Amino acid sequence: MAKTPLQFRHNGRDVALFVDGGTNLLAVLREMLGDVTPKFGCGQGGCGACTVLIDGDAHLSCLTLAETVEGRAVETLDGIKSGPNLHPLQRAFAEGFAAQCGYCTPGMLMAAKALLDRNPQPSREQVVEAISGNICRCTGYEPIINAVLAAASSSRASA
Amino acid sequence: MTRHRGRGMAAINYPIGMNLGGDPSQALVHSNPSGKFTVALSSIDLGQGMKSVTRQICAETLGVPVEDVYVDTADSDTGPHCMGSFASRGTHRVGNAVMAAAKEARGVMMEAAAEELEVNASDLETDGRGNIHVKGAPHRSISVKDVAIAAQFRQGKTISGRGIFLVPLSDVDPETGEMSPATCYAHACLVAEVDVDDETGEVGVVRMDSAYELGRALNPRLVEQQLVGGAWMGMSHALYETTEPYYPDPRQGPRDFVEYLMPGPGDICPHDIAVLERPAPDGPFGGKGPGEMCANPVLPAIANAIFNAVGVRIDELPITPEKVLRAIKAQGGARPQTRR
Repeated sequence: MAKTPLQFRHNGRDVALFVDGGTNLLAVLREMLGDVTPKFGCGQGGCGACTVLIDGDAHLSCLTLAETVEGRAVETLDGIKSGPNLHPLQRAFAEGFAAQCGYCTPGMLMAAKALLDRNPQPSREQVVEAISGNICRCTGYEPIINAVLAAASSSRASA
Repeated sequence: MTRHRGRGMAAINYPIGMNLGGDPSQALVHSNPSGKFTVALSSIDLGQGMKSVTRQICAETLGVPVEDVYVDTADSDTGPHCMGSFASRGTHRVGNAVMAAAKEARGVMMEAAAEELEVNASDLETDGRGNIHVKGAPHRSISVKDVAIAAQFRQGKTISGRGIFLVPLSDVDPETGEMSPATCYAHACLVAEVDVDDETGEVGVVRMDSAYELGRALNPRLVEQQLVGGAWMGMSHALYETTEPYYPDPRQGPRDFVEYLMPGPGDICPHDIAVLERPAPDGPFGGKGPGEMCANPVLPAIANAIFNAVGVRIDELPITPEKVLRAIKAQGGARPQTRR
């Protein structure tokens, strides 16, 4: 199959590569760019472990054709901390014991980041809505919801 | 259509570990010349926090800061043998093995320190901050790091220890049928409140209140994390999850998370938890372990709450809306029971 040239911004860095038609974004990120922070969960868009931001919106990278991100900005968990400093969401997850096995955590963090970027002061219901496409097996969701709310109020305190 | 509120209770008794031919786990502890310690295990941390808890147990037993202990659970090919991370046995079995290994390593460490300080090892104590000193004379002191260097390069000693904890096979008494498969038990009691819709059969869990007795909580935040997450899993097993959503044939099994159901973040409810600590005599620092029993009381409590709400007794899991609705129809309508 013919390869298609593809250029996009990956965590603030321009990348250019050739992909086979039909390759999904998750495979490009993990296998071609070595960014393994988005996880392969179900491969059907049912679990949210592969969530990334495309131009700021949360998308399931396992269901996104790589060619559709041509010229767009893709952000993964690998890109959300600033230098050695964790993102407020990462800090809140760690402090709030919002991860156990950790497999859902990258997707949860990206879904939560998409929410806080457009709505820095969400209600509990809005947090629930934002992470409702992400499945967690260990935490019972409560610590995750609380961590997102804590991150929102900590950025308000520092703003 | 009416939504009926019901309340149900369940109390459970949960054995720590299993006993199918004896239940052993091993641990090895050794120091590096840097004065840091490594715990080698084959036991796997699935996210419950076994690495954190065994690290605490090792540091406490050695008398060194927790930052100076690293737990390596890398490889069951090369690590000391472990039966596995199941049956709520991690803290108790593996923790005891780590404690035994750390005790032996501490003995060597104190002997090596005694040789450096030219005193008797029984006169020495650790300060928990990385130093060993003569009892009552803190200025006669040596750092654990210097002891480790001396042991490695001057004395030719390995500061290391081996540990195993075995609950031996418990045979069945042929006369009485009696056996004792576990050495300690954890306990829990949970009250669940549900809403049952008599038109759709849908069950919503409104709130849970629980009390868990699990020995000493060696890491209270990890215990809480286990209990909150485990209750969710219990709720999921009670009402949602099955590999046979329609018929008992794998070909009609669930194909994805649309058919294999679990409660989402919008289906959870307030859950108030009380942790009671009654240290187990044979547990590491009294710990038993929350483990599987986090989920167990939720299922019977919810089943009882449904009976209390609409008078139907469902004895097959999960308790789907279809089962509830069929049972309500079979008895000619909802029959709310007395609230207790």
